[in-house]
Amino acid sequence: MEHLSSIFVASIFTENLALAYFLGMCTFLAVSKKISTAIGLGAAVIVVQAITVPANNLIYQFILREGALAWAGLPDVDLGFLGLISYIGVIAAIVQILEMVLDRYFPALYNALGIFLPLITVNCAILGGTLFMAERDYNFMESVTYGLGSGVGWALAITALAGIREKLKYSDVPDGLQGLGITFITAGLMSLGFMAFSGIQL
Amino acid sequence: MASEAKKVLLDPLFDNNPIALQVLGVCSALAVTTKLSTALIMCAALTAVTACSNASISMIRHHIPTNIRIIVQMTIIASLVIVVDQILQAYAYRMSKELSVFVGLIITNCIVLGRAEAYAMKNPAGLSFLDGIGNGLGYSLILIVVGTVRELIGSGSLLGYEILPLAANGGWYVPNGMMLLPPSAFFIIGLFIWALRTWKTAQVEKAEYQIHQVHRSGGM
Repeated sequence: MEHLSSIFVASIFTENLALAYFLGMCTFLAVSKKISTAIGLGAAVIVVQAITVPANNLIYQFILREGALAWAGLPDVDLGFLGLISYIGVIAAIVQILEMVLDRYFPALYNALGIFLPLITVNCAILGGTLFMAERDYNFMESVTYGLGSGVGWALAITALAGIREKLKYSDVPDGLQGLGITFITAGLMSLGFMAFSGIQL
Repeated sequence: MASEAKKVLLDPLFDNNPIALQVLGVCSALAVTTKLSTALIMCAALTAVTACSNASISMIRHHIPTNIRIIVQMTIIASLVIVVDQILQAYAYRMSKELSVFVGLIITNCIVLGRAEAYAMKNPAGLSFLDGIGNGLGYSLILIVVGTVRELIGSGSLLGYEILPLAANGGWYVPNGMMLLPPSAFFIIGLFIWALRTWKTAQVEKAEYQIHQVHRSGGM
């Protein structure tokens, strides 16, 4: 249990996908002008990340990794090279299914998340989370924890950045830095702040 | 035709840079630049994937049904990335370990999908191929600048060769460890954008909120 909680805290703070690994930067910089949209996108990322990382974990453990097909009588087969294409397929499919399920059963939530869901397929934070899971060889429970934690970390980062940008709107920024430039520097300062968490062990 | 090709190839370098202006493909630009060598490999990989995916998507663009085009594009891109990944693992295993997940993340690199969607779906294969190379070069330009600054200041070397003699080896230079940490990449790209936009003023974004100027006109 302690092991799991340390994965959870590490994936939110010390190994924050956005600020320590720069994943999902494109949406991170583009969709962080308003706090409300940032929260919507953050929630969508948490949901998708918490579902896709464990799903891909099952695929990795039982189909793709070296010797994983032993249950089917093929102990020598290593399908590792198919990893990338199957993960992205799973992510695209799950996002699509999630969109349809939400539309059918939770229309309010669908309207809140609606426009962000398709964007998430090409958000590298999602694929990145899965690839880190495979590289670190997490088991199923660890992957559930990691998926949830990394999603929460990303959501936290984008909401904080949006908050800063809403205030920053009223400041007198030099012409060349206006918009994208100052956003990069703000994100850099935030990343510096998050580094204060490094080395924390639970 | 020749001038069109030149424009397609060279525009993305400064006038329409994928990272500095279109905000595409930022993730890997920040993560792989602690050393110049990883940055160079990443540039080569991305340029190859963008050019090939643009060319192949452009060749079948009349046969792709509109509503499943994203999936078709993703499949083509993912297959190309797998090829690149396998080549790296076969011939440059240490490099591929250092790049870790970032080779795989070329799939979701928005430059590749963005150019496929914005350019290759509407233009012939030859020009699309050049557009892919051009955007790959624009991306490489930023990666190389950031990689050079970070490796030179952060560890006093370039491509592993010592340029500034380190204090630890009897020289004078004390490396600035900050440059090897994630935040410095944000600062360098931010400053690079500032420099680029001071030069090309057309790219400056409008301020969303203008502070009313009352004090400036007085007795300054």
